[in-house]
Amino acid sequence: MSIELRNVTYKYSTGTAYEMVALDNISLQIPDGQFIGIIGHTGSGKSTLIQHFNGLIRPTSGQVLFDGEDIWGEKYDRRHLRSQVGLVFQYPEHQLFETDVLTDVCFGPKNLGCSEEECKERALEALHQVGLKEKYYHMSPFDLSGGQKRRVAIAGVLAMNPKMLVLDEPTAGLDPKGRDDILDKVKELHETRGISIAIVSHSMEDMAKYVERIIVMNHGHMPFDGTPREVFSHYLELEKIGLAAPQITYIMHALAEHGLAVNTEATTVSEAKESILKALGR
Amino acid sequence: MGIVKTAKLIYDYIRYDENEKEETFRAIDGVDLEVEPGQFIAVLGHNGSGKSTLAKHLNALLVPSEGTVWLDNMDTRDDSHIWDIRQEAGMVFQNPDNQIVASVVEEDVGFGPENLGVETPEIWKRVAKSLEGVGMTAYRKHSPNKLSGGQKQRVAIAGVVAMQPKCIILDEPTAMLDPNGRKEVLKVVHELNREEKVTVILITHYMEEVTDADYVYVMDHGKVVMKGTPREIFSQVETLKAYRLDVPQVTLLAHELKESGVDVPDGVLTTGELVDALCRLN
Repeated sequence: MSIELRNVTYKYSTGTAYEMVALDNISLQIPDGQFIGIIGHTGSGKSTLIQHFNGLIRPTSGQVLFDGEDIWGEKYDRRHLRSQVGLVFQYPEHQLFETDVLTDVCFGPKNLGCSEEECKERALEALHQVGLKEKYYHMSPFDLSGGQKRRVAIAGVLAMNPKMLVLDEPTAGLDPKGRDDILDKVKELHETRGISIAIVSHSMEDMAKYVERIIVMNHGHMPFDGTPREVFSHYLELEKIGLAAPQITYIMHALAEHGLAVNTEATTVSEAKESILKALGR
Repeated sequence: MGIVKTAKLIYDYIRYDENEKEETFRAIDGVDLEVEPGQFIAVLGHNGSGKSTLAKHLNALLVPSEGTVWLDNMDTRDDSHIWDIRQEAGMVFQNPDNQIVASVVEEDVGFGPENLGVETPEIWKRVAKSLEGVGMTAYRKHSPNKLSGGQKQRVAIAGVVAMQPKCIILDEPTAMLDPNGRKEVLKVVHELNREEKVTVILITHYMEEVTDADYVYVMDHGKVVMKGTPREIFSQVETLKAYRLDVPQVTLLAHELKESGVDVPDGVLTTGELVDALCRLN
């Protein structure tokens, strides 16, 4: 299940004085099963980009292909596409609406035309996979904590059995443990379901810890696309576009400048620890 | 007495279940707090730990169920002081979009003093000074809705500053911002504290924002469970994790190196400190 963007340009408010290019000739491929992160400052084009992945918005020019097929082709079934590429918006808990958790999660599959039995089966599996305890299934979603609500919202998308899950800032507003819990669950989904994941995030530390590839957006362009190591090695350029590297990157560079033979490419705490122990000869 | 003081503060939310039966939930449970004028205080705690409920007590948006809150020697339950209290203790909330009221930046900033009955020439003086203080003078005539999140938060802060408060309470002001926006907002808050001697109470989930505070309170289940300087707090990595919190990456790295037998001090807070400690060993 691959997604490909070919020379995609998207303009808001075309033909008016407010015309703004949100994406400028972007080409990229996301192959099957990748875990990617998308970073960029507010207004850099991240959200516009991900809305192209499941055809929520149509490029002003260029093509979006899903498994090699143009999703804006005449006979293309975009309804099916939207069950294949699940989008979880920012603060998705604001979209919960049913009277109890289980019914809310059933809403997606119900709309796909699944039988009541299958809806329930999928919902139960999805809720189990996001790690929500059974005692909550029949409670009102509005009585849950922020982190729990967010998991219910993610389960609602998972119940559609997507081949790719796109999450727009899934950890915004959560406490540190809540952040780790959500990201650990997403990682587990990536591993157990084998689905591709794309996460939009402002946390460079989380990006370094979880994803295998980072796409950097800036003013509708994509200045960097690579592994966290590659991308964060450009930490000075990242700062110029309103981003940063994880704190670890700065520590390692400072140590190297002071003559300690550490690996400046380390981006996580465990990598840094290993490298420092080695440099100290332990 | 300090500028902010609470004694045995208790707050019970009253909820009604399906059968209209009354249930109480104790959101704040016996909190004693004392803040000296000019201090920079941070409050940490997981989602639902009672931080925001506490914040709302400090300018009488909520009044205690039991116990007392004094703001500059005024009891918040004394209705005759309510406007003095709200002028002296300004609040900034998480979502910048929820706290902007006017369609032009300068009018938004002038809204507070206007409501206090300040004379027009004085309002404009204050607007100019506050906008300068947050570095937003260039946007004076702009529409707030075209600003970035960090800029909007700075306008919100200017709006509070224009009321000439003695104390500013910020409830997760950076939760919805990108790294640059976070930096901008924190810089402004620190400047206000340093240069204008405004007392700051910062509630946050970002541990790195706390390292410069004078004093840190950690809340859990409505109680203050830890208090001390950032160094005292962050030297207790395991305890913080038990409260669903975290430590800055540099502190965690130092902690893990120490566990592996490297001689570094507890509670390292900055990259510089860690680099110094490691270079001494090398």
